[in-house]
Amino acid sequence: MNPFGAEQWQTLFSDFHDVFLTGFLHTFYFSVCGLILALAIGVVLGVFSVTHNGVLRAIARVYVEFFQNTPLFLQLIFMYNVLPNFGIVLDVIPICILGVGMYHGAYISEVVRTGIQSVPKGQMEAAMSQGFTFVQAMRMIVLPQAVKVMLPMLTNQAVNLVKNTSVTAMIAGGELMYLTDSWVGLYQVYGPGYLMAGVLYFVINFPLVSLTKYLEKRAKRGMVPKRVKRTEKILIKEGVANGGVL
Amino acid sequence: MAVFFKVFSLSNLNFMLQGVGMLLAVASVSIVLSLLLGTLLGTVKAYGPNVPRAAVSVYIEVFRTTPNLLWILIIYFLVPFGSGLSPMQKDFSAGVLAFTLFTSAVVAEIVRGGLNSIPTGQFEGAQSQGFTLVQTLRYIVLPQALRVSVPALLSQVITVVKDTSLLAAVNIAELTVNGRIVIGQFSGDGAALLLVYGFMALVYFSICFSLSIVVRRMQKRRPSGRPGKWEKEPQAA
Repeated sequence: MNPFGAEQWQTLFSDFHDVFLTGFLHTFYFSVCGLILALAIGVVLGVFSVTHNGVLRAIARVYVEFFQNTPLFLQLIFMYNVLPNFGIVLDVIPICILGVGMYHGAYISEVVRTGIQSVPKGQMEAAMSQGFTFVQAMRMIVLPQAVKVMLPMLTNQAVNLVKNTSVTAMIAGGELMYLTDSWVGLYQVYGPGYLMAGVLYFVINFPLVSLTKYLEKRAKRGMVPKRVKRTEKILIKEGVANGGVL
Repeated sequence: MAVFFKVFSLSNLNFMLQGVGMLLAVASVSIVLSLLLGTLLGTVKAYGPNVPRAAVSVYIEVFRTTPNLLWILIIYFLVPFGSGLSPMQKDFSAGVLAFTLFTSAVVAEIVRGGLNSIPTGQFEGAQSQGFTLVQTLRYIVLPQALRVSVPALLSQVITVVKDTSLLAAVNIAELTVNGRIVIGQFSGDGAALLLVYGFMALVYFSICFSLSIVVRRMQKRRPSGRPGKWEKEPQAA
């Protein structure tokens, strides 16, 4: 039997709405919520890991090491299977979002830390000398500059996060991977089913990957804002007109 | 305490360690294979002629945008592995094939990044000494590029070790699957659950954490490795 026969495609499109579209929307929902949670955790812990307070730094370190060095699947299944035995019962959807968000929060906090450390120390010192508090200086001076370095790494993390929402299929998360896998097993249409799931993941991730590449290129070209470049050009033109004197 | 000894009885411990063996076997074989394939693909992407380069780009994009779990399922259910293999051998080959496919895409990107960081002067210098392109890559450029890429590659090794837990989706007998079978003996016993999951977490953590310490130490060092003799001389003078 041809695994990609016309009949199989027909089965696929008759169930497209119930299986693939629903799954796609769930994956999208998990990704957006997970990303928001991961960003929140990442920014807080990233800032923690550059403070001078040893306790905060230790909290960030332990969190990052724990979540980065154990599999996401194990973390999900812990919340799904173990916690109920101790009286903590969570719904599947919150578990999926929490799981993906906390896991990628660890990665994003490392991104934030790298970003903050790329901003010269003088910026923080200057801000403090002008009477900014630590939080104010972070929020208004350091983080806005760090964002430029962080952006390509963040979009890259977003790609990984979308891919990792598929792990929630293993605790019956009800997103694209789970619905595809159970549907495909039910009707024995492995080929078209998996292909369609792949296409749908591609639809979410391709724009993110392209954005990552664009941001990487921009970061490599240097941080010179457009305005400055234009002024430079004008200056050079004038310089040429003035016989080499700027 | 009695639960502890029941959970970690000799047979259970042996069974879970078999899972660790499978985990390490799949991870290490696929890492070696993807280092080879990925280096090849990365080199083609960086310097290859147009058509192969486009093909490699498509390969990398496809695996970068689709989940690894999807590929594990595809390989497991759609690739015919011949009837000559025992179930264990089939599981192992499916795992290795799936992990090699998506890991080499990542390795290719890392190697390409490393190659792009090598100044063109290295090529010109080698060419002026009569090296062919392949010789230049083999003796001059790739050794430098790979050295720059080592921390990123090791981080990828960590990811591979963690992701082997995804093989549980197709019931390949690695640590997670075997651990869950052990849990099956103690239905609803919270302490036993906690012990087994704790053990699994500890195994993954100790492998990955030791690797991550190496990564961090390397990132702190100069990216190009040890300073060469000629780099030290001006300071001494």
